[in-house]
Amino acid sequence: MKTSTKTYFATVALALLASTAMPACAQQKLLPAQSEISFTSKQMGVPVDGKFKKFDAQVAFDPKKPDAAKIALTIDLASASLGAAETEAELAKPDWFSIKQFPQATFESTSVKALGGGKFDVAGKLNIKGSSRDVIVPVALAQAGTNTTASGAFTIKRLDFRIGDGDWKDTSMVANDVQVKFKLSLTGVPTL
Amino acid sequence: MTDSTPSRYTGTAIVLHWLLGLGLVTSFALGLYMADLPLSPQRLKLYNWHKWAGVTILAFSFVRLAWRLMHKPPADLPMSPVQRGAAHAAHNVLYVLFFAVPLVGWAYSSAAGFPIVAFGVLPLPDFVPVDKALAQAIKPWHERLAWLMAIVVLAHVAAALKHHFIDRDNILSRMWLQKQ
Repeated sequence: MKTSTKTYFATVALALLASTAMPACAQQKLLPAQSEISFTSKQMGVPVDGKFKKFDAQVAFDPKKPDAAKIALTIDLASASLGAAETEAELAKPDWFSIKQFPQATFESTSVKALGGGKFDVAGKLNIKGSSRDVIVPVALAQAGTNTTASGAFTIKRLDFRIGDGDWKDTSMVANDVQVKFKLSLTGVPTL
Repeated sequence: MTDSTPSRYTGTAIVLHWLLGLGLVTSFALGLYMADLPLSPQRLKLYNWHKWAGVTILAFSFVRLAWRLMHKPPADLPMSPVQRGAAHAAHNVLYVLFFAVPLVGWAYSSAAGFPIVAFGVLPLPDFVPVDKALAQAIKPWHERLAWLMAIVVLAHVAAALKHHFIDRDNILSRMWLQKQ
């Protein structure tokens, strides 16, 4: 009798928890084919564009409950494309991404602040090549049908992550500022 | 010196001739050297210097061409019609290459996805799209045309020296700044 009561309460508790927690936990799905993450560095003033072909996102986000949002991104650094084959080969090396040791870059949100009008500031930790930095990423949401596009841009300092080490540390050759731009297409995001 | 048949080039033409000659020889040597370097900050720097030099030469070549069209060059020295024809043909080919070599290099840089930013501050427009296949098609032509220019320049220099030292017709004085 005692056990079944316990089981009963446990079940009710779980059901309650599930009913309240479920909507917030509802996972949104990334549509990789319609998403882009690109970056622009400057070599002696010349903008050089690159992009990552492979990345994934785990998103639990309700625009009405930004406090409960959890956004995590994993970027496959070996998928970086830079237009020229010889620079791509260079990127994998220890002075740059050191892909053998650090195959992935990650971002994990710590807090999300609603700014109104579909705009949010997503604060989180960006981890590249074993270095972690706090970043604030401005994100603008646009919804069309069942799809939500989250886009934005932010700037990182490459030397914070030892990207371009050794001979390449000279920022008069390759600027320290690297602009990262993204457009993530998601399904299942509740309406704004 | 009369207006109709000057005996020497104008001061501006002389300065442009030697300045651009020096620029062309330096850029050609730099181009030969840098092309075989492994990827490094040094190579990146030399490539950009080469591009900056190239667009500077291109800009001054417009000035030079305009000046040449507006100012009569000195009359030909006595020589055979074949020599005269060869000299003028070489000059014409060089004028075409002054524009063709930098423009083809610029097109290659643009097509390869590296727009030229003159002296690191002045972004120049791309007149061809970013296209890897196009870049690969253009690349050898920059080199071939540069080699053609080098050969014609060598012939031009050899001819001038032959006139000066063998024919002793004092041809170099026409392209040399006069002592005041």
